[in-house]
Amino acid sequence: MWENPVSRRKLLGGAAATGAALPALHELIPHQGLHGGPSSAEAAIEHHRAAHRGSGHLGAVGRVDPGSGGLDPTAILRDFDEGTLADGVRRWEIVAQDREIEVAPGVRYAAWTYNGRIPGPTLRAREGERLQIRFANGSRHPHTMHFHGIHRDASDGVPGVGPGNIGPGESTVYEFDAMPFGIHLYHCHSTPLAEHIAKGLYGAFVIDPKDGRPQADELVMVMNGFDTNFDRSNEIYAVNTIAFAYMNEPVRVKRGELVRIYLVNALEFDPVNSFHVHANFFDYYPTGTRLEPRDFTDTVVLGQGERGILELRFSYGGKYMFHAHVSEFAELGWMGFFEVED
Amino acid sequence: MEAASAIHRPAWLAGLAPLAVLAVAVGIFVALDAPGLDRIGVPQEELAVERTVLRPGEIELHVRNDGADPVQVRQVIVNDGFAGFTQTDEEIGRLAAAEVTARYPWIEGERYELMLLTATGATIEHAIDSAVETPDADLGFYGLMGLIGLYVGVIPVAIGMLWLPWVRTVDARWMRFLLAFTIGLLGFLAIDALLEGTELAGEGSEALGGAALVWLGAAGAYLGLSAVDAWLSGRREQAAGADRPSAERASGERAAFLVALGIGLHNLGEGLAIGSAYAVGSLALGAALVVGFALHNTTEGLAIVAPIARSGRARLRTLVLLGLLAGSPAVVGAWIGASAFHPSAAALMFGIGAGAIARVIVQIAPQVRDRAGQLLSPLGAAGVLSGLVVMYLTGLMVSV
Repeated sequence: MWENPVSRRKLLGGAAATGAALPALHELIPHQGLHGGPSSAEAAIEHHRAAHRGSGHLGAVGRVDPGSGGLDPTAILRDFDEGTLADGVRRWEIVAQDREIEVAPGVRYAAWTYNGRIPGPTLRAREGERLQIRFANGSRHPHTMHFHGIHRDASDGVPGVGPGNIGPGESTVYEFDAMPFGIHLYHCHSTPLAEHIAKGLYGAFVIDPKDGRPQADELVMVMNGFDTNFDRSNEIYAVNTIAFAYMNEPVRVKRGELVRIYLVNALEFDPVNSFHVHANFFDYYPTGTRLEPRDFTDTVVLGQGERGILELRFSYGGKYMFHAHVSEFAELGWMGFFEVED
Repeated sequence: MEAASAIHRPAWLAGLAPLAVLAVAVGIFVALDAPGLDRIGVPQEELAVERTVLRPGEIELHVRNDGADPVQVRQVIVNDGFAGFTQTDEEIGRLAAAEVTARYPWIEGERYELMLLTATGATIEHAIDSAVETPDADLGFYGLMGLIGLYVGVIPVAIGMLWLPWVRTVDARWMRFLLAFTIGLLGFLAIDALLEGTELAGEGSEALGGAALVWLGAAGAYLGLSAVDAWLSGRREQAAGADRPSAERASGERAAFLVALGIGLHNLGEGLAIGSAYAVGSLALGAALVVGFALHNTTEGLAIVAPIARSGRARLRTLVLLGLLAGSPAVVGAWIGASAFHPSAAALMFGIGAGAIARVIVQIAPQVRDRAGQLLSPLGAAGVLSGLVVMYLTGLMVSV
């Protein structure tokens, strides 16, 4: 912090303020002469031009290569894991793993994951089905899986109830019925809670209504962030983990086709997050638990753990931004493009 | 047998033997990758920002690796947003320096918080309290810095030296008081230099020594000046022989020379502070600044002429040289401070100034003794205290 180094300098600054009686030194020597610039007006314009030359830049420097230990946010978008259905029971195998993930170009984060990815696999079931989730802990720390839904306490995945904390090397099976329909989430509930969630232990949990929803191009977007320096505030924000991923590789959709977004807010440390799409409006179904939209809007605000379903169609081709309308989050990574093709 | 062979070797070889053993031991230790000492914990990534340069659309940080491990800057965040950037080094080694330049449309007068995000996700934070374009180091700029240095350094000291004719007229008692007064104001400058140096050192790279730099500088200057003084006095005594008046004059000039040198080193630091404040726009150039420094530094002129007052006619050439020696470093300091400020180097400079002044105090202290040989007689103590108080009060002129 050498801008403010010597106490004397602060003193100097104040000194001038008191001495208005004598002509000030800067009046004796015209300021422009110092820089050898042309006229002050021309110099100001040149300053302005130079200042904005670099400002077209949006996003981080470089990009995360999905092949090199990163995730592929484009694959995560449409990757729904329906498990295996046998004897009327839908089953999944989930393993907690410690894993380093490149969350912004060149920046690696020691994450805790379900099945090696953040967000964890998007689990998808139909209303009323019996679900069995075998959870094995391959991490070095105790974890659980806590599902949002309606179920008995033994399958709630919290420490001290039912199987409680699952230690490293241990496993358990959570069993319950899929209800209610909507867009939910699951996450680790071990303490310290904020840490276990913030390190990456969360995922989307979709329960389709018995009769399904209209045919659409379906996308999962889990809004998240990363506290890379452990000061309990996020340095990096994203949708599906990697900052600015959809700036570099836009989300491709078809003009006129119904697009359905399962939106989950898994952000820790910041109380609210939001979603805003440019040049379009969407029907909004909070938590997806009703078949009638509550809203027709272009921006929704979600608290921690809140989620909803968005349905929209693009009338025009081209590139349209979507981002958190919390501008800080947008500029720290939660920003992307839809690319609408004919 | 061994003793016989040792006789043929030069004696200094034996002195080098432990060093050779140490070199071999270190070599083996490093080659075996520090056996038994496994590295624990996460990398310690620290960067000290030594200098900030603002150009239209660009913020350039000069950083130095302060920690134990190499640092890889991977992203730059300016005011809660990722910014485009370039850097001179992908990896900054221990104690190495590098430049990180963010492209950002900054606005004059506003506050900016920069965060360098490393490969491990650690952050190095740096705030710019008020953004101002860093002045180009062209001729006009050097002219301005020269003028400031002249106003706050050379001219006040020269004016203060005009006390010489009056100082000659005072009797021995008041002369002792004046010299004690000089010690007081030099003491104030020494304390001031130590405090400012320590504060600056805290902002520089800790790995380069931090506040130890100030004290090393002080010790170095004290020892160096002592050696110079001993050498000068040896030469003069040889030349002057038994000629008592000329020996006395020589001793007076020597004291004046040391006082001027000490004050000059202090003014170099003062110039540094002014120049670097100007470079970051936190210096309000104005009449109050000049008037304050004039009052503050005029007393320094008195300190220079007091030791030569008793030693007959001083040559004008000598007086001019003494004045320049004490005052002109402010000009040089302002140039350096505004164009190549470096907190650790500045801290060292302040330390050198303090050490030089301490040596000067020791030099003139004997002349304050009264007939009974007491240094801090009531008159002497009053003189020192007056010097401190006058510097404190005129310092307020600069600080209010």
